[in-house]
Amino acid sequence: MNYRAHKLKEAVIEKIILLSGITSIVIVLLIFIFLLKEGLSLFSSVSIKDFIMGRNWYPISNPPQYGILPLIMGSILVTVGAAVLSIPVGIGSALYIAEIAPQKTREILKAGIELLAAIPSVVIGFIGMITLSPLIKNLFHLPTGLTALSGAITLAFMAMPTIVSIAEDAITAVPRQYRDAAMAMGATRWQTTWRIVAHAARPGMIAALMLGIGRVIGETMAVMMVTGNAALIPHSILQPVRTLTATIAAEMGESVQGGSHYAALFAIGIVLFIITFLINGVADIYLHRNRKKGLK
Amino acid sequence: MVTSDIKFDIQSLNVRFAGVQAIKDLTLQVYANEIFTIIGPANSGKTSFLYSLNRLNDLNTTFRLTGTVRLDNMDIYLNYDVALLRKRVGIVFALPAPLPLSIFDNIAYGPRMHGLKNRGKLMEIVEKSLIEAYLWEEVKDRLNTPAFNLSGGQQQRLCIARNLAVNPEVLLFDEPTSGLDPISTAKVEDALRLLKQKYTIILVTNNVAQAARVGDRTAFFLMGELIELDETNKIFTKPGEKRTEDYITGKFG
Repeated sequence: MNYRAHKLKEAVIEKIILLSGITSIVIVLLIFIFLLKEGLSLFSSVSIKDFIMGRNWYPISNPPQYGILPLIMGSILVTVGAAVLSIPVGIGSALYIAEIAPQKTREILKAGIELLAAIPSVVIGFIGMITLSPLIKNLFHLPTGLTALSGAITLAFMAMPTIVSIAEDAITAVPRQYRDAAMAMGATRWQTTWRIVAHAARPGMIAALMLGIGRVIGETMAVMMVTGNAALIPHSILQPVRTLTATIAAEMGESVQGGSHYAALFAIGIVLFIITFLINGVADIYLHRNRKKGLK
Repeated sequence: MVTSDIKFDIQSLNVRFAGVQAIKDLTLQVYANEIFTIIGPANSGKTSFLYSLNRLNDLNTTFRLTGTVRLDNMDIYLNYDVALLRKRVGIVFALPAPLPLSIFDNIAYGPRMHGLKNRGKLMEIVEKSLIEAYLWEEVKDRLNTPAFNLSGGQQQRLCIARNLAVNPEVLLFDEPTSGLDPISTAKVEDALRLLKQKYTIILVTNNVAQAARVGDRTAFFLMGELIELDETNKIFTKPGEKRTEDYITGKFG
């Protein structure tokens, strides 16, 4: 092959790689534009304040009311509940796997956690519906076991693999010198793990939490199956709730394309998009924060 | 110059890693308040010996030891609190290993870990440790900046100060200047000479000239064996062993 053919080949390959590189960004932009196009028309009839702060979600009454506050509250309650359950267990298990477990146990645990990530969410939702909700119903003497708590527990299981595997990577990446230095000053193993290793791995661990929570907020199927789907502002974690995602999934089929209900569902999509974008953004900042900039 | 108080008394020490002998039948004493330097080529057991003195070898699961190591006449491998031992016997590694904290917090880390909370007391300790490590003047105005911003030599002296903050009695140095430029090296050596007045220092070095500059007594290790141990002057002017002379004069190693 002569020189010019080489050069042409190089140029073509370069362009193809460039194209694949920008594809994902273009697709994200297109999705966002599409969401805006479909969703923004709602705000010609409903103000943003009434949409976000409205307490009633009655999309098919006459006149319809599109207040998504109950849905936001539902999402927040389920997400916070899932975070409270999954963060301590997730971090604890990451510390155990990275710092304490013997080689064999470590391999088994890691495989198990990856397997947990591979279970389809509808299966987890199904199991939650069949086993978890009756348990919660009987335990708290409730009229129904389909509550925010059931959703939180189910979602905690789904956030766990993300949290554990990313946090474990962050802990393993802590330089050996830190451990040696702490040991050399007379730190016990626990003091070293907690004060040095966990401290140095903190950016990675926070990123792990954020990504886990991001997964929880975006999750639809499992949460739709176990939370009871009542669009009411919840007063306790033992009441049924409905999340933003579940609302879109449940109602998209029955809305009229181009109608205000349809637009309202897309507007919910915009809200979700912004929330996950923020969470991923924060996670990214922590993930890329230079460890060498002394942490305080 | 050398007092005869024995700090470390090592008798018939053998160290193996996964069956491979790293130290062979080593017997020697380290006196209080001396700078005891160890020279020798790579793989001669210098670091393994150092790590035996504060039980850092214990972290390696294939490590096996026979013989005795006594610190102030107490066997450190017999019912000895390892955390306390490492507090009494500090170590400075070849590569500076500051923690990802501010200068102040790096030094306050040890005392805090051992339960001290009072900010004023901590400040006192930090200042004293930095002065002793010959670093105070250079960093006193920026104690709250990240330790990573210091130069290599400063980081190494910071690591010395960090050890001093927990009131050790012995300081182990594992080739502390191997990654430093000559000026930084000179500063670390100045710190060593000052430290000798209060602490016992055991210095492993790849730099033969460094041993000659700062050592009171010098041991020559080869393939896990102690070949010769004498006053530093004597080792460098009239070594008793041909192999010592060959090493010092650069004929091998």
